Amino acid sequence: MAFRKDLLLISSWIKPNTKVLDLGCGDGELLKILKQDKNITGYGIDNNINNLKLSLKKNVNVLQIDLDNGLEDFESKYFDYVVLAQSLQVIKNPKDLLNQMLRIGKEIIVSFPNMGHWSSRIQLLTTGKMPVTGNLPYTWHDTPNIHLCTIKDFLIFCETNNFEILEQFITDNNQKSNVFTKLLPNFFGQVATFRIK
Amino acid sequence: MAIDSTKFVKSKNIIIKNPLELLSGKILNEYQLTYETYGSLNADKSNAVLICHALSGNHHVAGYYEGDEKPGWWNNMIGSEKTIDTDKLFVVCLNNLGGCHGSTGPTTINPETNRVYGSDFPIITVSDWVKSQKELMDVLKIPFWKFVIGGSLGGMQALQWSFQYPDLIHNCIAIAAAPKLTAQNIAFNEIARQAIMKDPNWHNGNYLEKGVMPNQGLSLARMLGHITYLSDESMREKFGRDLKNSKLGFNYDVEFQIESYLRYQGEKFVTGFDANTYLLMTKSLDYFDPVKDMADTLIKNLDKCSAKFLIISFTSDWRFPPKRSKEIVKLLLDNEMDVSYSEISADGGHDAFLMDNKDYFDIMASFIKESTNGL
Repeated sequence: MAFRKDLLLISSWIKPNTKVLDLGCGDGELLKILKQDKNITGYGIDNNINNLKLSLKKNVNVLQIDLDNGLEDFESKYFDYVVLAQSLQVIKNPKDLLNQMLRIGKEIIVSFPNMGHWSSRIQLLTTGKMPVTGNLPYTWHDTPNIHLCTIKDFLIFCETNNFEILEQFITDNNQKSNVFTKLLPNFFGQVATFRIK
Repeated sequence: MAIDSTKFVKSKNIIIKNPLELLSGKILNEYQLTYETYGSLNADKSNAVLICHALSGNHHVAGYYEGDEKPGWWNNMIGSEKTIDTDKLFVVCLNNLGGCHGSTGPTTINPETNRVYGSDFPIITVSDWVKSQKELMDVLKIPFWKFVIGGSLGGMQALQWSFQYPDLIHNCIAIAAAPKLTAQNIAFNEIARQAIMKDPNWHNGNYLEKGVMPNQGLSLARMLGHITYLSDESMREKFGRDLKNSKLGFNYDVEFQIESYLRYQGEKFVTGFDANTYLLMTKSLDYFDPVKDMADTLIKNLDKCSAKFLIISFTSDWRFPPKRSKEIVKLLLDNEMDVSYSEISADGGHDAFLMDNKDYFDIMASFIKESTNGL
């Protein structure tokens, strides 16, 4: 699955013995790996009760908090890293959330599926319908994804809001970069991961 | 299927002879604690669980007394193959000091005067309870609690354990609790106390000596309390505006089902509960404020605490709503504790912590199972 590999990349960016907050932590896999391999102190946030159960079973600290208005309680710069893996598109107000993440974390890591990938473009062009892809399998009216963007959109978003990009990694779903993703990331990249300050 | 070790339980008594210095400065030279245990302590003594009871609870938390039709108050949670599995865990629950179900309290004879304590019984705080629970722990030769678990006032005791004896607790589950009471919480408690103390049978708390009971006041206090344990939704669903009779009577008798229910709850309660204990429990709640009381000690103690915490709240609880549990979570996060938090969707109000709810039980089970691997 693309998701797991995406987590491996994120994990490679995180230094040992740090404090990590994982927003939309799902089943807690990333924090479990980081705890095992890097001895981090971690907390996950998820609002889905089933994900909470899965995370607890993995001995991962998890807090049932709504991401759209639940981060105020954390002290500034409390975490070394705040991660938002593949959840940017479900957030009501991405700008507010990223600002909160930057307030409570020294660094943030954001990954998202690239809506600018050629397959989405071709689907829209040829069928005239909203693209439905492996990464984004939902129909337009029945989807948690309310803020989809392309890599280009995200770069503009960061520039407008003075988010400083430290590192970026544009890959296919197998978490590999190649000549194509390097040459035309917004056309060939399927997953984009950014390290931001 | 395993034999249910919680079936037909018996309570036990122990006399503690270590003087207990209370937060008030008073000293209890000797006292009795009444308790029950379920399951058995394993060879390396690593499976003990302390259950702390709430305002009107007692030590009979699970199983049946022989001949009884109703089990202990948390029997849905505790027992063989249940969420708190007595096949694996050794569960201990005691009647809190100042209670009226066996442990020394206002209805006990004061050995120094040979008279019933009544209102002379000192006010016991949450930290005093924890101290007395530690005495029982020593008697039972339990080196540490694998879990300390409680709801409401019981949750406050569970938290207090981690603050007071940080190295004797491995996991803490505090359900529907709060880090301290609000003005509104205290206000409700004060009305309950006034109801009791304004009863003509009150006699300054020495009603037993006079051979009477302030039952009207105590039942009013219970009726009031009961409203705060339920949610608007659950009351609507259960009673709505249903009438006892088909027509309005245009008088002040019991007419609506809710009135009848509350009166019944009040009347039932007074047959098994002592008014002085009720006062004491509400005061204990009002006084609970570990952050203020312990200040730097709390931070220092939490520094030594490696316990994992699970904090649970219920959406419809307005007595200790989710935001109060989040205050606990914040306190623990600020002290870099391992903490998880779940806000369970439930209509049951504050009492939801005693009711069946799949998500609630699953969350508890996931946390408990992970921590009891290898037991």
